[in-house]
Amino acid sequence: MPTEMIQAEKLIYEYDKRDEEGNIIGSERAIDGVDIDVPAGSFVAILGHNGSGKSTLAKHMNAILVPTGGTMWVDGRDTKDPDELWNVRQTAGMVFQNPDNQIIGTVVEEDVGFGPENLGVSTDEIWQRVEESLKAVGMLDRRKDSPNKLSGGQKQRVAIAGVLAMEPKCIVLDEPTAMLDPNGRKEVIRAVEELRKKKNVTVILITHYMEEVIEADQVFVMDDGHIVMHGTPREIFSRVDELKSYRMDVPQVTMLAEALRKRGLNLPKGILRREELVEALCQLR
Amino acid sequence: MIRDITIGQYYPAQSRIHRLDPRVKIVCTLLFLVSLFIQNSLLGYVIATIYLGTVIRLSKVPLKYIVKGLKPIVILLLFTVVMNLFLTRNGDTLVHFWIFTITEGGLRTSVFMAIRLMYLVAGSSIMTFTTSPNGLTDGMEKLLHPLNKLNVPVHEVAMMMSIALRFIPILLEETDKIMKAQQARGADFESGNIIQRAKAMVPILVPLFVSAFRRANDLAMAMESRCYHGGEGRTKMKPLRYKGRDRIAYILTLIYLVVIFVVGRFVPFKLWIF
Repeated sequence: MPTEMIQAEKLIYEYDKRDEEGNIIGSERAIDGVDIDVPAGSFVAILGHNGSGKSTLAKHMNAILVPTGGTMWVDGRDTKDPDELWNVRQTAGMVFQNPDNQIIGTVVEEDVGFGPENLGVSTDEIWQRVEESLKAVGMLDRRKDSPNKLSGGQKQRVAIAGVLAMEPKCIVLDEPTAMLDPNGRKEVIRAVEELRKKKNVTVILITHYMEEVIEADQVFVMDDGHIVMHGTPREIFSRVDELKSYRMDVPQVTMLAEALRKRGLNLPKGILRREELVEALCQLR
Repeated sequence: MIRDITIGQYYPAQSRIHRLDPRVKIVCTLLFLVSLFIQNSLLGYVIATIYLGTVIRLSKVPLKYIVKGLKPIVILLLFTVVMNLFLTRNGDTLVHFWIFTITEGGLRTSVFMAIRLMYLVAGSSIMTFTTSPNGLTDGMEKLLHPLNKLNVPVHEVAMMMSIALRFIPILLEETDKIMKAQQARGADFESGNIIQRAKAMVPILVPLFVSAFRRANDLAMAMESRCYHGGEGRTKMKPLRYKGRDRIAYILTLIYLVVIFVVGRFVPFKLWIF
């Protein structure tokens, strides 16, 4: 019996490959035998380059996709069970990549209220939840605005608020920053970190920006449908060459530290932040 | 140029009209449209102008927004005016040269027709300006609710409309972007005859459709992931309840309708031919 917030066992997702006329010419495995455990309340990051299967994995956590082999449990519920579908979706809220394509409402607060409306929450409670969620992501002062007037980062924060208003135990963010500029990216990541501290929700962040996973408790690296690396950010980033072989970019500071280490400087492995590198360099003398 | 189409856009403001129940606005808009067609006299149009003017004034929507909303119908307007002007043969002839004849009746019809068309668009755009699309669809849904018994998927249609309205500005922006991208590659949308221009639209429409489908797919996924499963068991964040001001609006509009009908039909008042 699964006890973790999210647990996958030998997860397989296969889809048919078709030629131009639509005839099936074989099948492709987007996910191939993935085991993953995410304890409640933790912050887990999943890294991978394009086509590594990380988004497909994320969609399993919300039962948008159902595994063709193996099992995925969300808070002890099997996502394959049609009776549990709406419970699974309420437990694991999902934020997608494109900020424009996931905002349904034409006014910020109406969009945030969309989820609770679907759950059949009473009107008074919807208002309360909307206010709380918008406050949690720092968008309360824009509640009456049209989403079209917001920046990308702000739209993503509204999308996060929309998920929060459903009071999920777990939030899955599927490359929430991929379409944003650096400022928007910082804004969103800061909002996610705030949430984790204040609301104690489990966060699963799918990304290909290394800088965003430094705070994570655990990092999984995916390549070609498999989990190829697993550990704390420090452990992962100390294996620079291996990461590069999976076409991942290592944070600049880590790269510099690694290069210096190879030249014979006595630096520790897995340096993640600029301050750490400065500290370590000062220790040398 | 393409972004000038303002119909179907919400203009956020705090006004008496904005605060009205969407059902009131929908019904009153319909009544206003009806009022334009049950009479055809100068006094009638004066009353309609007063009504429309008051509503616009109360709504705090700048007049230039409403005028902008009329732009897309300019061609239709010109066409109607020209057709009515030259083809209606009624009453004394005012001007006659070569094959063209303008009669009193023709002038009268074309002027009134133009006013009707403009008020039609202005009247409905004031509704969309002052009602958030969600409010609009909520109102529609509630008004059409009885049709549910006839197996009409009222909720689904309402949801589709509200989504369509939300995506109008996004798709317009996208069209603009695609046009610029194609122009940067040397596409020419401005010269040539109508057929050539229509052909030039193909490289805009194809990517636009592809992206619209992709957006629809993403949106459907986002909606499902937020537990959307149709209208059943769904609660409302902003449930519709009639208040005192809604009743007043209904009464005022009904009075207006009666007045315009009576005055337009039974008060003989003519200024020259109008």
